[in-house]
Amino acid sequence: MNHKPPLFKRIRESKIFWPVISFLLLLVVDAVFAPGFFRIGIVEDHFYGNMINVFNNAAPLMLVAIGMTVVIATEGVDLSVGAVIAISAAMGTVLINPALGNELILNEVLAANTTNTPLWIVVLVILLGGTLCGLWNGFLVSRGKIQPMVATLILMVAGRGIAQLITNGQIMTVYYRPYWWFGNGYVFRLPVSLYIVAVVGILAWVLVRKTSIGLFIESVGINAKASFYSGVNEKNVKMFAYTFCGFCSAIAGLILSSYIHGCDANNIGLSYELDAILAVVIGGTLMSGGRFSLLASMIGALLIWTFTITMYTFGVPANALLAGRAVLVLVVVLLYSDYFSRFINRIFERKGPQHGTEI
Amino acid sequence: MAQRFKTFLISNGPLLTTILIFIIVYIVGGQLYPAMQKSQVFFNLFINNASLLIISIGLTLVIIAKGIDLSVAGMIALTSAASAALLQTGMSAYVVIPLMLLMGIVIGFVMGWIIHYFKVQPFIVTLMGLWFARGMAYIITLTSLTINDDVYRHLALTKLYLADKAYVYIPTLIGPVLLLITFYIMKYTRLGRTVYAVGNNEESARLMGLPVGRTKLIVYSFGGFCSALGGIVFSINLLSGYGGYAPGMELDAIASVVIGGTLLTGGVGNVIGTLFGVLINGTIVTILQFNGTLSSWWTRIMVGALTLIFIGIQSLFYMRQKHS
Repeated sequence: MNHKPPLFKRIRESKIFWPVISFLLLLVVDAVFAPGFFRIGIVEDHFYGNMINVFNNAAPLMLVAIGMTVVIATEGVDLSVGAVIAISAAMGTVLINPALGNELILNEVLAANTTNTPLWIVVLVILLGGTLCGLWNGFLVSRGKIQPMVATLILMVAGRGIAQLITNGQIMTVYYRPYWWFGNGYVFRLPVSLYIVAVVGILAWVLVRKTSIGLFIESVGINAKASFYSGVNEKNVKMFAYTFCGFCSAIAGLILSSYIHGCDANNIGLSYELDAILAVVIGGTLMSGGRFSLLASMIGALLIWTFTITMYTFGVPANALLAGRAVLVLVVVLLYSDYFSRFINRIFERKGPQHGTEI
Repeated sequence: MAQRFKTFLISNGPLLTTILIFIIVYIVGGQLYPAMQKSQVFFNLFINNASLLIISIGLTLVIIAKGIDLSVAGMIALTSAASAALLQTGMSAYVVIPLMLLMGIVIGFVMGWIIHYFKVQPFIVTLMGLWFARGMAYIITLTSLTINDDVYRHLALTKLYLADKAYVYIPTLIGPVLLLITFYIMKYTRLGRTVYAVGNNEESARLMGLPVGRTKLIVYSFGGFCSALGGIVFSINLLSGYGGYAPGMELDAIASVVIGGTLLTGGVGNVIGTLFGVLINGTIVTILQFNGTLSSWWTRIMVGALTLIFIGIQSLFYMRQKHS
C-alpha cells in the first residue's frame, strides 16, 4: 500500500475533523431550534448578533487554550491559568485605579479619561506579570522536577489569594475609557479581541510550525528522556511552554478585565483552567503529550462558547448550564475514546478488506 | 536497632514531618493567642472541618490509585441540595440518608467505569462529574433550602461532652471513625494493598493477576460514597442545602492530601497524613480568625506556600529513598 490513503480517510483522521464536525452539528442545531441565532445586524458602527457574541466571549478562552495546548503537548498541564488571569487583571486595574484599602475614591480617578499610570505601562505590566507567573510554573516543573499538576496547583491555590492581596480585597472598577477598548472596542466592525486572538494565534503558529520549537515540544511530550539524549534541551522547552501559557493567560486577563470594566479577584477567569483543558481535549490533543494542533484547540474553545450561548438562547439558567456542559464533555470524551474510534472504523471499513487481510 | 530506626524515619519521613509541622503550627498559634490552648479550640478543628476530612479520606484513596477526583465539592453541593429537597417533601431522614449514599456510590461508580473502560483521563471525567453535580444541584433548587427535619436537627444540635466543657457534635465523629476503618483497610487487607499496587504500576499489577478494573471501580465508588457522606455531614452542619455550597473545596481537599504526604503520581500515601493535612489547613484558618486583622486571602497563600514546602520535603525524602 504505497499510495496515499483515500481523501475521505485522510480528512477523517485529521486533527480538526471531529472538532469541526461537532461545531457544525451544534450550528445546525442552532439553525433548526433557534431561528434568530445567525442573525447579524449593524448597530452604530459595528456588527452585533449571537455569532459575534460567541467570538467576543470565546476570545479569552481561545487565547488560554493556545497556551494550554503548548503546555499539554509537553506532557504537562497548567492548572493555574485562572489564577494567572486574576493576578494579571488585578495588577492592571490597581495601576489604573490606585484607590486602595479604605481610601476614598477620588473624583478625578472616576473620570473617564484619567489614569494613574499610562496605558502602555499598564498593558506591559499585565503581560509581564502573567509571563512571570508562567516562568515560575516553568521553573518548578523543569528545574524543580515537580509533576506539572502539583507544581501549577500551588499557584492555583495561592494565586487568587495573591490577586486579592494586590487589590486589597476590593473589587476594582475601571472608569478609564481607553482601557475598555480591549474587550469592548471594534475595529472594522469586528471586536478588537478577535484581532488579538488572530495575532497571538498566528504568532504561536509561526513559532511552532515555522521554527523548530514545535518539533522540540512534540518530541519532549512523546519522550522527554529520549529528546534529552538526542540533544534537545528539554528543560528549556518546558520552561518556554509554561512561560508562553502564562503570557497567553495574561492577555486573556487583559481582555476579560477590560470587558467587565474591572476586576473581581475572586471570580475573574473562574474555572478557565478547566474550560481550557476541555478545549484542548476537544481539539484532539492527548493529555499524554505529543502531537498537537493549535487550530483544533481554538475551535474547541469556540465550540464551548457556542454551546454556552446556545443554551442561553434556549433560556437555560446560567447555573444549571454546568450540567449541560458536563453532558457535552461526556459526549466529546466518548467520541475520542478508543472504544468509539474502533466502532467508527468498523462501520466505515466494513466494505473494505476484513481484519487480518490488511497489510 | 539504630538501622531500623533510620529506615523507619526515612520510610515514614513525610508523614512525621507533616505531624511535626502541625504540632509546631499549633504551638506557635497557642503562644500567640493563649485562648487557642483551650481544648475546645482543638475540637473545633474537627467540628469545622468534618466534611473536608471525610472527602479528603476518599480523595486520598483515589489519588493513591493514581487517579484524581475533582467532583468532591460538587457532590457535597448536590447531596445537600437533594437531601434538603427530599426532606422538604416530608420523606424520612432514615430513607434520605441511605439514598444519598447510594447516589454517591452510583456517581462514583459511573465515573470509575468511564475512566477504566473508556480509558479517559480521570481529570476530565471527574471534572465532568463536578459540573454535572453542581448543575444538577442548581436544577433542583436555585435558592438555599432549609432543613427542618427532626432527625437532622437532633444530629446537628446534640453536644457530646468529651472533656470538661469541651464538646463535639455527633457528625464530627463520623470522620475519625471512617479514618480508622480506611486506615485498617489500606494497611491490613488485600484490597488496600491492591490499591497501592495499582497506583504504583497498573501494568505490573495486572501482570501479577490483581483485579485492576475491580479495584479502580471500588476506589472511585468509595470516593463517591465519601463525598456523599461529606455532603450529609455538611448539610447537617448548616441545616440547609444549596448548589453553591463548598466552592473550591476540591482544592482544599487536594492540598490537604498533598500536605499529608500522598504523592499525586500514585502508589504512595497514607490516610493518617491526610488527617494532619486537614488539621494544618484548619489551624491556619483558626490562627487567622484569632488574629482578626489578617484577611481571608492569607489562608490561600499560606496553604499554597505550605504545599510548596511539602513538595520540597517529599522530593528530598524520595530522592534519599532511591539512593539508599
